[in-house]
This record gives sequence, structure tokens and C-alpha cells, in this order.
Amino acid sequence: MISFRIVKREPLPGWAKVVIPIAAIIVTLILSAIPILIAGGHLWKSYYYLFYGALGTRFNLLETFVKSSPLLLTGLAVAFAFRAKFWNIGAEGQLLAGALTATALGVSLGGVPQPLVLPIIIIAGFVAGGIWASIPALLKTKLKVDDVVSTLLLNYVMIHIMGALLFGPLQQPGSSWPRSSAIIKAACYPILLARSRFHMGILLSLFAVFVIWFINKKTTFGYRSKAVGVNVRAAHFGGINTTSVILWTALISGGLAGLAGVGELCAIQYRLIMDISPGYGYSGIVIAMLGNLHPVGVLFSSLFFSVIIVGAQTMSRMTGVPTYIAEVIQGMALMVMLIFLLFTEYKIRLMRK
Amino acid sequence: MGEMLNIAFISGLIGATMRMATPIIFATLGEILAERSGVLNLGIEGIMLMGAMTGFLVTFASGSIWLGVLAAAVVGMLLGLLMAFLAVNLGLSQHVSGLGITLFATGLAMFIYRLHFGSPTVPPIIQPFKQITLPVLSKIPLIGPGLFTQYSLTYIAWLLIPVMSILLYKTKIGLKIRTVGENPVVADTVGVNVILTRTLCLVAGGALMGIGGSFLTLAHQNMFLIDVIGGRGWVAIAMVIFGNWDPFKGTLGALIFGFLDGLQLRLQGMGIAISFHVFLMIPYLLTIIALIGVSRRAAVPASLLKPYRREEKGG
Repeated sequence: MISFRIVKREPLPGWAKVVIPIAAIIVTLILSAIPILIAGGHLWKSYYYLFYGALGTRFNLLETFVKSSPLLLTGLAVAFAFRAKFWNIGAEGQLLAGALTATALGVSLGGVPQPLVLPIIIIAGFVAGGIWASIPALLKTKLKVDDVVSTLLLNYVMIHIMGALLFGPLQQPGSSWPRSSAIIKAACYPILLARSRFHMGILLSLFAVFVIWFINKKTTFGYRSKAVGVNVRAAHFGGINTTSVILWTALISGGLAGLAGVGELCAIQYRLIMDISPGYGYSGIVIAMLGNLHPVGVLFSSLFFSVIIVGAQTMSRMTGVPTYIAEVIQGMALMVMLIFLLFTEYKIRLMRK
Repeated sequence: MGEMLNIAFISGLIGATMRMATPIIFATLGEILAERSGVLNLGIEGIMLMGAMTGFLVTFASGSIWLGVLAAAVVGMLLGLLMAFLAVNLGLSQHVSGLGITLFATGLAMFIYRLHFGSPTVPPIIQPFKQITLPVLSKIPLIGPGLFTQYSLTYIAWLLIPVMSILLYKTKIGLKIRTVGENPVVADTVGVNVILTRTLCLVAGGALMGIGGSFLTLAHQNMFLIDVIGGRGWVAIAMVIFGNWDPFKGTLGALIFGFLDGLQLRLQGMGIAISFHVFLMIPYLLTIIALIGVSRRAAVPASLLKPYRREEKGG
């Protein structure tokens, strides 16, 4: 009988960090053939329309960038938190907190000088997401409440806060639907390329990649945050105020997710609706893992999943494979990447019994 | 008249509490089994959704509700097996493996549903379970009608609580499970197969989670909606902590959640001028508050989250 053992291996060279996610993507795409075939889709046609739908025309390509913006921000949010082992599964709720704040301000800042409106909204959206994330961080550090559970449950609390406000104070006058009034013109993100939805928020999220890279690599806080992630106890005895580090990590993480909500509101929907996010917060977990928790990695993995999500629309129209294939692929990608990451530290040795 | 209304209200509330607690009880028991063996299964939310979808689909296709429940259990077992492969055999991060299972299973459930039913304007429905009124017991004044007019799955859930407790505390198997969860090295030394024990616990736990999910589409409702689970899996995870990994205390938490869920449904129906979203929020909020109360003295199984690799020192 043959069995296997998992044994430690020598550290892999640096290029492995790039090769492994790419290999994981290729394996995931191959595995995607199974649901495509089950759905009765023609295999090559399906893959063709998947990529054509995302990259094939100018408009589709720009849409892929548009879709990548919230994914990049939630991916960065999760990556930044996970790096410090703050298990923030609450990016979805933090995104909604940002969108909700942007709505409240976007419908009511008419009297403020126009150039100030967007900066106020962006900062407030960031702060709102950050505060929402700091609740589980405080619960974790002060009261030892498990962060996975509290961040997850707070997502549902935020959904219902949003629902209560959309049926209440924020509801569009005269409407019976749970939706807000449209935000004022000055609160909308400028569109940067004609005949598209390519908006300022995309550049903002690229800037966030740089900022997070800078914090991680060039600041003491970035170093401390990582130290807490590697070993919270050692960090504590090493003189790091772990409570404060986790709290600030949560504030930045939640803030990034809040920005994703601001972007979806001020550049895509222009008014708050219940399904403003199709689960960007949860996709952020996959994107962060596939990007190896590195900001540049997160950038590329958000682009990849954006291709999948945008392309799945065309693929579905042309071949009849349900668009939910994009969600299936995301789930598979996470598991495949996790398995591939194992092989950066371990190898499998087959043996006879 | 007022008194009659009150009795009807209380009886209805008791009944609703039991109903709404049922899926959480199944899920909580499944999660307790997994965590007692040392594995946190965050796949729970996705497994419940797959159970809900599969149970509905099989019942729709076959006309047999029990076949639907069975299918939900089997799907839960398969996903439990996948979780075991990732988190036990390969020893990957339990957090991320579980979230991966949830994302994958959620996508898959919606994918298969859409594949089978398309996007109809009116969602397809099945003939759901009927409530069974137990003779004699249901005649107990005030509490009888509510407690003992229930779905068979609810009665099964209640029977499972002592069964799980006896399994964990009074049997040899339970001792093995708890030892594996507390100290796998000791378990291994005395000849308990750690990998196999954890795998079986995840598989059996997955079955319970799948059945818990199917209750929502086969008894509580008669259709499948994408948000049918609505975080009940995460609530179950919280209940396991709240109940200190004990079947009885955990289901006590499930009952409180069921009570709040049942209460909010009734308060909504009374036309109080507060958004129903406020009521929907309360159970989640109170679950978090409950965690604050217990988390400092939580008796976490000592090896929870720690993968077991016997060969690690071998190199």
C-alpha cells in the first residue's frame, strides 16, 4: 500500500512566489472545465468567450478595470488584516458602511463648496469602514471575542442597518423601494475616459496599492503589524503594543473596504440600493490569498478575478453556462492556491508501507 | 379576549422558537463534533446552503422529502470530506480552508440551482414537511401545543442533543474524539488514529450541517432562495463558543436565537412602526453580546486550529 507523508523542504527561491500563483490560476482554469462541461457548455467556446468578454473590446477591457477597483480594495483590506493575523472576514460590512456614509453625505452636501464634496465623502467613507472594523478589533483585544465570528456577524448587522435606513431616513421620497435618492453631481467620481465607466476610483485604488506597499515595507508600523501576525506573544514581549497595532491595522483594513463602498456608490450606482455589493467583501478573501497577501500580488489577482467576473457575463450569454460559474471558480481558486502554498514549505513524499 | 390572544401568542412563540432553533441546533451539534476533534469548520455556512439547495432539488425531482434530507446529508458529508482533505490530511490553515469551502459551496449551490431551474419569475416550490402533533403531550396547557406540534426534523434535532452528549462524554469513541482535540500526540501514542478520527468527525458533522440547511427549504419554507441560510452557520459557530463546546449549553444558545428570530417575526406581524430590519438585526447583535460574556472563560479544545503532522520531526 502506498501512503504519503508531508515533510518540510528547503525554502524555495524568490521566483516561486510569482510562479506559484500563476500555476494555481492555470490549475483552477483547468478545473473550471468540470462545471462548464456539466452545464453543457462547449469547452473552447466557453473559455474563448470568458476572455473575449473581459478583454476582447475596448469597452469590455475598461469594464474589467472598473470591476477590479472594488475587488482590489477589498483584497487589500483583507490582505492587510490577515498579514497581522487579524481575521477580518467583515470587509463586506465595512464596504457597506462606506457606501452608507457616502450616500448620507452625497445626498446632503449640496451647500458645501463643490471641490470639497468628494474629499469629504472619501475621507468619511474610509473612516466609517475603519470604525466598523475597529469594533471587532476592540472585542478581540479587550474582551477576547473571536474575530472571525464577530466580523462575520457584524456583516449581517450592517446589512440590516442599511435596510432600516433605506426603508427609513435615507429612502427616496415617494419611492416604495428600498433605495436612496441620487447623490448630487459634485459627489460623483469623475469619469476619466469617454464612452466608458473608467472612473477616478480606479486610480485611487491603484494609489492604495502603493500606500499599503509603503506601509508594509518602509514604516515601523508595517514591521510591527507583521511581527504581530507572525507571533503575537513574541511581539508583545518584544515591546510592541499589540493592542494598538491590531486596532490600527483594523482601522486601515476597514477603511480600504469602506473606500470600495464609496467607489461603488459614487461611480457606479449613484444611489444606494440593497444589493450594492455582490459579495466583494468575500471575494476580497480569495484575492488576498491568491495575491499572497502582498499588495502587488493583490493587484494582479484582483485583475484576474475581474476578468473572470466580467467574462462570465459574456460566456453565460453565449453558451448558457450560469454566471455563478464565477463564484465557483473563486472558491476553487482559493482552495487550489492554499494547496499550492503548502508546497512552498513542504513536499509530499510517497512511501510504501 | 385579551387573555386568549396572549395564550395564542405565547403558544405561537414557543412553536416558532422551536422551529427557528432547529437548523441552528443541527449546525451547532455538527460544529461541536468537528471542533471537539480539533478542527474549526468555517465551511459550515456553505455546507448548509448546499444542504438547503440539494434537499430542495432532490425533493423537487423525486417528490420524496426524506430523500431530499438524505441527499442534503450526503452532500454535507462530501463537503466535510473535502474539508478534512484540506485541513486534516494536508494540514492547511483551518480558517482559510473553511472559508474556501463556504465560498465554493455557495457558488456551487447557486450554480446548480440556476442550471436546473433557470431564472423563473415565480420560484419553484415543493410540498414541504407537515407538522406532527404528538398525542397527550400537545395537550399540556400553555406550552404543549407549541412544543409538540412540530416538524419531524425538529423532534430529531432534540433527540440528537442527548445523543451527542452521551457520545462525547460517556462512550469510548467520545473519549477518543476529545483526546484527539485536546492532545493529538497523546492520542497517537495510545494508538488512536488522529487523522481518521478528525476526518470522521468532519464528515458526520457535515451531514448534520447539511440536514440543518435542508430544514430551511423543506420545512420552514417550501422554496430555495439564495440568502436562505442568512448567516445561520456563523451563528452556530458563535453558539459553539457560547455553549463552551457542550451540546446542551450550545443548543441553549440556539434556543435563545430561535426565540429572538421567532419574536421578530411576530413583532413584524403586529405592525409596530419600526423597520423589520431592526428586528432582524437583534439576534446577530445579541449573539455578539453573548460572546462578550463568555469569551474570557472559554474552554477551547486545546488543539483547535492546530494541524497534526506526525512525521514533522522526521524531516
